[in-house]
Amino acid sequence: MTGWRLADGGPVIPNFGHGGECLRDNGWLCTSWVRQHWGDILQPALVQHIELTLIAVGIGFAIAFLLALVGFRWRVFDPPLGAFTDILYTIPSIALYQLLVPVTGLTVTTIEIALVSYTLFVLYRNIVAGLRAVPPEVLESARGMGLTRRQTFLRVELPLAAPAILAGLRVATVATISIATVAAFLIYYGLGGPIFDALGQPDIFRTELLASGGLAIFLALSADALLALLQRALTPWSRLR
Amino acid sequence: MRTEAAELVFDEATKVYPGRESAAVDHLSLTVPEGEICVLVGPSGGGKTTALKLVNRLIPLTGGDIRIDGTSILEQDVVELRRSIGYVIQQVGLFPHMTVEGNIGTVPRLYRRPRSWIKARSAELLELVGLDPSYAKRFPAQLSGGERQRVGLARALAANPPLMLMDEPFGAIDPIVRARLQDEFLRLQKEIRKTVVFVTHDVDEAIKVGDRIAILREGGRLAQYDTPQQILEHPADEFVAEFVGRDRALKALALRTLGELELSPATEDGLPRLPADTSLRDALALLVAERRNALLVVGADGAPLGVATREDLLA
Repeated sequence: MTGWRLADGGPVIPNFGHGGECLRDNGWLCTSWVRQHWGDILQPALVQHIELTLIAVGIGFAIAFLLALVGFRWRVFDPPLGAFTDILYTIPSIALYQLLVPVTGLTVTTIEIALVSYTLFVLYRNIVAGLRAVPPEVLESARGMGLTRRQTFLRVELPLAAPAILAGLRVATVATISIATVAAFLIYYGLGGPIFDALGQPDIFRTELLASGGLAIFLALSADALLALLQRALTPWSRLR
Repeated sequence: MRTEAAELVFDEATKVYPGRESAAVDHLSLTVPEGEICVLVGPSGGGKTTALKLVNRLIPLTGGDIRIDGTSILEQDVVELRRSIGYVIQQVGLFPHMTVEGNIGTVPRLYRRPRSWIKARSAELLELVGLDPSYAKRFPAQLSGGERQRVGLARALAANPPLMLMDEPFGAIDPIVRARLQDEFLRLQKEIRKTVVFVTHDVDEAIKVGDRIAILREGGRLAQYDTPQQILEHPADEFVAEFVGRDRALKALALRTLGELELSPATEDGLPRLPADTSLRDALALLVAERRNALLVVGADGAPLGVATREDLLA
């Protein structure tokens, strides 16, 4: 089993000697350890985690958007595309990581491919649903006023679908942040690294678990809040209804 | 504001939907003179809305032709054609994500009009349709049904089209507001003198709004095309007579005012007084209610103009 290489890059046994009483008692959150290892463990893991998420959501959004354009424009493609993203979504993440390893190896690429495939489901569904939800009378007036198909899409359908699209982006981002922690099952990367590390200790290194897990939760919450703010700023009209 | 209007000609215009035996619009020929309101009215299945949508090619013609100022709609670029025709529908179809000003500026923006131009134009149009200029920054969700329809009308007028197509524009609005919108629309039309095709299923609205009325019957055939007065007084056949209703004589009375009558000099005192712009129908209603035989017509200043009797009203 190649998966258990999680501890490759991280300290397997924390240095209890310098940690003081808190660490000797395996306390819940020893600030001295957090301060000491912010620079070499927590911060790099956090940055990696943000990178993983941004790339996955970015690529996922681009792919989902193109698929959604096809599914929206030609209705016959919608069911198969929906089913495709659905199937990808139902594969358990650990199983998907293992399926990919023979192809792409123990690399960040493997993780990204898995993460991207999970975002497709939510993003595809929300983009198509948002575009479809534009009221028929709005489309008729657009056509009647002489907007071309392209103008109708860019000026009417897309902006009206924005709330649904941004809602999908929120769910996809938060889900990616959470699923990305499992990536450390494969290689020591992202906040999952120190989390698995702490769990791998004989009686769980509580401070490391809480610090890295806490960062993942904090990251998810801030991403959600940021996207919610973006949604409000971009679609001020959507709260009026 | 410029006052441009176009003559609209339906020339044997025909629409047969694919897979249907009978036509939705069957060899419809009529001419709407420039600056007039032509109301298309009839029972459902009469093809009123289809006929309307043939004009801006939202529905393609099967046969015949439609000409605007002599030019066939088939010879024009479809997008250009639509931009040159104002289009108002019952559900309004305002863009919910744009402000009132953004909505009004839709077609001008397609023509790359500068922001300042659109701002000034939208203020002008809001005033024209009876809305305060402060409405410019509101979103459609913040407007009442009547206000939305006014904005819809302003949006259709934005590029100053010579022709307006209105598909049951006041159909979804409650009766009191509808009557007010009709009145304001007629006042507005006096000012802007567009050629208007107006679809309704409501005969009373047709009579009130139309300079001419085209009555369409099942299968999209034209039953009669005439002025409201003519249609009420001389319906072409049973179908038209039935459609305009048994009270057509009363409806005809509603079209004329006391001022149009030849009055006899005042001889009696104590007659009920009514202003000259009262309709004959309202005047008759008053005589019936008060069990009188004559009334005194007065001018806007209250000065007596003469006496009208029941017989005068019904003559």
